[in-house]
Amino acid sequence: MKTIFEKSKAGKTTQYLPEITKAKNPGRYLPAHLLNQAGADLPEVSELDVVRHYTNLSQKNFSVDTHFYPLGSCTMKYNPKINEALCQLPEFTQAHPYLNQGQVQGCLQIMEELDRYLAEISGMDGFTLLPAAGAHGELTALLMMAAYFKAKGEKREVILVPDSSHGTNPASASMAGFTIKQIKSDSEGNVDLAELEKHLNDNVAGLMLTNPNTLGLFEKQIVKLAGMLHAKGALLYYDGANLNALMGKARPGDMGFDLIHINLHKTFATPHGGGGAGSGPVGAKGELVKYLPYPRVAKAGETYHFFNPEKTIGKIKAFYGNFLVLVRAHVYIRALGGEGLKEASEIAVLSANYLKEKLKAYYDLPYPRTCMHEFVLSAGNLKKLGVKALDVAKSLLDHGIHPPTIYFPLIVPEALMIEPTETENLETLDEFAQIMIEIAQKAQTNPEEITHAPQNTWVKRIDEVRAARELCLKG
Amino acid sequence: MVPENLKYTKEHEWLKMEDDLAVIGLTDFAQEHLGDITYVELPETGEQLEQMARLGSVESVKAVSDIFSPLSGEVAELNKFLLDRIKGEENPEFHPEYINQSPYDKGWVIKIKPADLSEINSLLTPQAYEKLLEEEG
Amino acid sequence: MKYLSLTTQDQALMLKTLGVSGVDDLFNDIPQEIKLNRPLNLPQPLSEMELNRLIRDTAHKNRLENNTGFFLGAGAYRHYIPSPVSQLISRGEFYTPYTPYQPEVSQGLLQTFFEFQSFICRLSKMDVSNASLYDGATAVVEAAVIAHRVNGRKKILVSQALHPEYREVLKTYLAASQLTIEELPLDNGTTVLPGEAQLQEAAALVIQQPNFFGCLEEAAAFAQKAKAAKCLTIGVVTDPVSLGILTPPGEWGADIFVGEGQALGIPLSFGGPGLGLIAARQEYVRHLPGRIVGESVDKDGKRAFCLTLQTREQHIKRERATSNICSNHALLAACATFYLALMGKTGLKTAAENSVFLAHLAQEEICKLPGFSPAFSSPFFHEFVVNCPDTAEKLFSYLESKNITGGLPLGRFLPEMKQQMLFCLTELNTENEIKELISALEDYR
Repeated sequence: MKTIFEKSKAGKTTQYLPEITKAKNPGRYLPAHLLNQAGADLPEVSELDVVRHYTNLSQKNFSVDTHFYPLGSCTMKYNPKINEALCQLPEFTQAHPYLNQGQVQGCLQIMEELDRYLAEISGMDGFTLLPAAGAHGELTALLMMAAYFKAKGEKREVILVPDSSHGTNPASASMAGFTIKQIKSDSEGNVDLAELEKHLNDNVAGLMLTNPNTLGLFEKQIVKLAGMLHAKGALLYYDGANLNALMGKARPGDMGFDLIHINLHKTFATPHGGGGAGSGPVGAKGELVKYLPYPRVAKAGETYHFFNPEKTIGKIKAFYGNFLVLVRAHVYIRALGGEGLKEASEIAVLSANYLKEKLKAYYDLPYPRTCMHEFVLSAGNLKKLGVKALDVAKSLLDHGIHPPTIYFPLIVPEALMIEPTETENLETLDEFAQIMIEIAQKAQTNPEEITHAPQNTWVKRIDEVRAARELCLKG
Repeated sequence: MVPENLKYTKEHEWLKMEDDLAVIGLTDFAQEHLGDITYVELPETGEQLEQMARLGSVESVKAVSDIFSPLSGEVAELNKFLLDRIKGEENPEFHPEYINQSPYDKGWVIKIKPADLSEINSLLTPQAYEKLLEEEG
Repeated sequence: MKYLSLTTQDQALMLKTLGVSGVDDLFNDIPQEIKLNRPLNLPQPLSEMELNRLIRDTAHKNRLENNTGFFLGAGAYRHYIPSPVSQLISRGEFYTPYTPYQPEVSQGLLQTFFEFQSFICRLSKMDVSNASLYDGATAVVEAAVIAHRVNGRKKILVSQALHPEYREVLKTYLAASQLTIEELPLDNGTTVLPGEAQLQEAAALVIQQPNFFGCLEEAAAFAQKAKAAKCLTIGVVTDPVSLGILTPPGEWGADIFVGEGQALGIPLSFGGPGLGLIAARQEYVRHLPGRIVGESVDKDGKRAFCLTLQTREQHIKRERATSNICSNHALLAACATFYLALMGKTGLKTAAENSVFLAHLAQEEICKLPGFSPAFSSPFFHEFVVNCPDTAEKLFSYLESKNITGGLPLGRFLPEMKQQMLFCLTELNTENEIKELISALEDYR
């Protein structure tokens, strides 16, 4: 398939703008040495060329709108179309961030209300809507922790993370000036409290945790864990990637978490967009609310206005956050209401347990207990047949299903992390289970079919080594 | 069986003496575990290293691993075939796969002028390294 | 509203398979003491029709009176977006997938991002780009971190003419690090060249072109002097449409280009989501944060694209990752790709030329009026600062009453500039709008 540049031909152009003859001589106003008279080296293609090119490309993608996507930890739930329609309202899309606050009361209302809804759902006291993604939210929370301890005159340099944690966490902590220490999980897949006790001292700033954890299991001892940290003056941070298991059932704020981030593009159904833009609002409790980045939005009487938290760490992004993403999440929450969100979590957990039940006999199940919204299988039982988790994943592609997350968490070998979410129908769930079972059986009878997959996709397995060795990063 | 004429570290580097220079590379176990090598990060010649200090890293598609120096000393020579750029220009003879294909020979990594030859005694014998491999399972 | 596809019968069947009587039995791992025993205190759910009405009513509280003219820029730019952009971007195949970690079924996205990287390299005349970052401000931070990793120095020299919000963001991020910021003062709206001693200590020099005040810097002189002192130059562009006719950072000597891509086919959106841009010289490719798409072949030898250099990303190197970017702004990068493909060489040039022409026409006309004068005599691109008869806030409100959105009252960011207003014109403005603006200003008391 050619790139758009390979379709370029001199002289092809579409006139989107009126020509202003007088404008054709910018040298009249700008110094010649700052001008590139030839203009940028962009392709010359017609509108039809462009539309056909990218429409064809769009058809070479799996997406939630077209395929089942049980990616653990990503919450690939259906993206409601009313969210798209409403976030595209011209009153929102045409709003310049520097208009007077009196001119954008609609935008400010959306933000203030979302802040309060997220606080209610998560049990926290207040939010910043600025972070652009979960990872960004984590970094924000860590910067707040650093500022909090600095203000108290306490030197704390260590952040603890469970060995099952998502890769982002250690990278964020580094950037905020902390070093990481890993804590082992126990045989139940929870944080080993004895291990934690060994590492807890006055030099620990906090522990970063997701609950349920990356194995889809609820940290049963969370209240005790929180107590241990708080007794040492340390903080507890919640990675909200798995919040879809808990809405209306339990709240991080009630478990003892001091800081959290939420992924609007996971739990609150805003689209993943092929990798972004998402939104990762950060919530804080008690004293920490004062450290949130600015600006936040408050309501006084009937009007909304920006304000700076008392001890704000500053600004972590230009403007106010991914506003159009905030609108989508806001609309989703208004659509479902509290009972709808609770039901979403309940059905997400039901769907995950259902699939686990159907698959446990055919794959290894390292933690055979009730899971929450996701569960982890191991394809380790197929290893002796020469089949790896990667091969199972590629095989699923041939059946028109996006694979689960593979090789994560790191503590499970040949891991397959499955999260169906609450929006799928029973036929899809049953079909997925059936295909997974067939793959496991095929591994016994004809493993080459699995290891040579995919055969039915637009391209087959790609030489990633060549991509890394012979860098070709532009055309 | 690992080559008999080499010494080893517990971080899976090997070492042999060639005249007054120590030649250092990665073991077969290391290259097997990493997969196809795509890039090697190396120090500059002339740099001083301490025993078991990090001298660089080796990258595959999926992972990156630090390389540790078995001895203290000065970096004398780098394996040109492992450098993707030489003097700012692309190296047409960039062959990181030599580490995979020939870890004990063509895939050598660096040569060091040892500061203290007695440090060799603290390295693992082939038998001790074999034992380590068994334990790591 | 619910978005469930499982009926109550389906759910009953599933519960039976699990041997439990109700969904609550699946939540027994949650200790009783922390179970939420009350409904969430949120507004009642709504049908789609009610939702539509409600949110539209909220949106209507925005008063975007600009029928008579719009002159706001300052880091967020109103440009003409060709219609196919919104059509293409609304395809579910583009906006509902996940990150393309399974390349065999994501060639559409991967090739789009590959083309995006190519477009950014062509615009900036740099060797390598990534598949986007969050926004211009965080891109500056990433570039500063790269510079520090490259030469080990800890000082970042930042022009005072870098967008004030970008400077704030840089300060916030670096507060937790060992890096320090030193600001470079201005003269006549442009940056004063730093001394050699200053540059010897600096990891990077950050210069915006055109700068926040719209003025054009002698960027090449900065890059040359910095290079001699082994200091990296980071060139920032907040309106990349300007690269339709200006000498790009790669050509005037920058080592790293960063920018805000909102101007490329993305509406104002009340400031977000935007699009962070970064591109650099070949030697820094392994320092680039975030996601990068590379070209390769599949096992049949067919051309194929995949994510590459992933070991730098957070999920493999963990705490030694080059940054903590996990995602990019993929969909917005796609918008920019479509925009640049549609506008093409001639279209982008026209957009830039028209912007320049209209801005200079407006500046000339405004400054003929008594009480108004140019704040700087430096050449400018499509934004310019005007001295106003009294506070710019007053003027902004007055213009609002005339259905005109004026320029940015600079006092909002710079307390010493309360009487200055930053005007911006793009190809979307018209000569008639300028006439209306002048007419309104003539009546201004």
